Amino acid sequence: MAQGSGGTPNLHTPLGTAGADPRAPVPPRGSRRSRILGGGEAGSRSVWIAVASTVVFFGAVAVLIVNSPGWLEIKRTFFNERVFAESFPKIVRQFGTNVLIFMVAEVFVLIVALFFAVLRSLPGPVFAPLRILAIAYTDVFRGIPTILVISLLGFGMPALRLQGLPKSEVFWAIVALVLVYSAYVTEVYRAGIESVHPSQTAAARSLGLSRMQSMRHVVLPQAVRRVIPPLLNDFIGLQKDSALVAFLGVVEGLQTANIISASEFNYTPFVSLALVYLVITIPQTRFVDWLIERDRRRRQGGSVV
Amino acid sequence: MSTVVDATGPAILIEGLHKSFGDLRVLCGVDLEVADHEVICLIGASGSGKSTLLRCVNLIEPIDAGRIVVEGDEITAPGVDVNAIRRRIGIVFQSFNLFPHMSVLRNITLAPTKVVGTSASQADEEARELLDRFGLADKAEEYPDRLSGGQQQRVAIMRALAMRPDIMLLDEVTSALDPELVAEVLDVIRELAAAGMTMLIATHEMGFARDIATRVCFLDDGVIAEQGPPERIFGDPQEERTRQFLARIVAAGRM
Repeated sequence: MAQGSGGTPNLHTPLGTAGADPRAPVPPRGSRRSRILGGGEAGSRSVWIAVASTVVFFGAVAVLIVNSPGWLEIKRTFFNERVFAESFPKIVRQFGTNVLIFMVAEVFVLIVALFFAVLRSLPGPVFAPLRILAIAYTDVFRGIPTILVISLLGFGMPALRLQGLPKSEVFWAIVALVLVYSAYVTEVYRAGIESVHPSQTAAARSLGLSRMQSMRHVVLPQAVRRVIPPLLNDFIGLQKDSALVAFLGVVEGLQTANIISASEFNYTPFVSLALVYLVITIPQTRFVDWLIERDRRRRQGGSVV
Repeated sequence: MSTVVDATGPAILIEGLHKSFGDLRVLCGVDLEVADHEVICLIGASGSGKSTLLRCVNLIEPIDAGRIVVEGDEITAPGVDVNAIRRRIGIVFQSFNLFPHMSVLRNITLAPTKVVGTSASQADEEARELLDRFGLADKAEEYPDRLSGGQQQRVAIMRALAMRPDIMLLDEVTSALDPELVAEVLDVIRELAAAGMTMLIATHEMGFARDIATRVCFLDDGVIAEQGPPERIFGDPQEERTRQFLARIVAAGRM
């Protein structure tokens, strides 16, 4: 939604010079811009075509929506300015709980997943039970919907009323998210570990480093660097899934939107919450894309560290 | 460089070494005795088992039968401390295998600090001495992919030397290099030989082998088909298959 209005003036700025002298060499641009423009030479003509077709397309969509029979009703229930102004600050405040949940979960996911990934890459028949354990873990928790794991732990564990077991729903929600997302991230780490050529381990072992020392000093540093983009992608998924905690009755972003929505008979709070999510996830998504693009350029460019 | 001269017998003793990869029999009864300070060049066609032999001596490949004794310790016996054995035996690979995420200096100091427990400052100092000695002092802070192949291979040799091994195994260390970079690596090996390092060298560089070896072993069909001083192996080989192999090398313009 910010794309149309925010994008247009940006496209103009770097083109003033190129437009003045059409034969001047077009300076290399960020590849994303040229991808948005449709690739090729970013001459002023193609920019104008891109701008015009964008305006026409989104204008047509807007006209179609605004003229639909139910538009006024939709506008009142989803895009109500008064409800937005009232709900947005409250939702942002309660969203702090989501931030807490996913920040804590992310730290533990990094650790737990690394543990299982290392277990899974232990060689030799002696370690078969540990490998089987790691495989079973990833299979189980990648195979169950996250909402079920959250419900089972969030309702089940406190109900055991065991001495010393935390009763906080937030605690169990974090545990559930850590279990589920560690299963995914284990696979991410493992792919990274396997992408490091065996000759690196051979070189480390031949110098007298133990198996764990080779893993710690030689394999993992290289593996982790390679998997940062997919790892961040999983984190974005985790951040969105922090909304599932609402099912335990925890008053976080989604639950707050629910409450306001029910009392106002209006869906605008959900739009507010969606905006909050976009504000935190879009920069991360762009960052991941940038990382991937940088890695690709590095591989093609050869020897840039 | 520690050079052990004691009564524990030969530096390396290999007896009846067998090694297969699945159905492929690579070594079928290799016997070899290497004395201290000897420089042995292993020659033979690709696939004759030169590399496998070196990898077995470093315990990178488990052996199927036979035994390997290093300075009186049987390293192929069950239950030996593999890491302790490997400290005494340095190996350098055809493909360098430097750690790309570490500076040249860190590549060299990693094993001394983590395995031996040398202090960081002392390991640094020793590494810089090595770099100085082999003419790479200005590359200490560089990362491996900024170096030429020849420089990388010299760093790999220093990385092995930093562990002060008694024996060095060199596995076709010049095969991956552009021809103009071969000499700088061979010079390093010559210097090691002059310093009395015991070495087992798999190589395709026949001129170099003739130059440096105290003994040349020709591997064929998984056994040492012929061995002797370089003058005899290259000048007057006794075995028919040695003659055929050398004839092919000469025909290829490699000698």
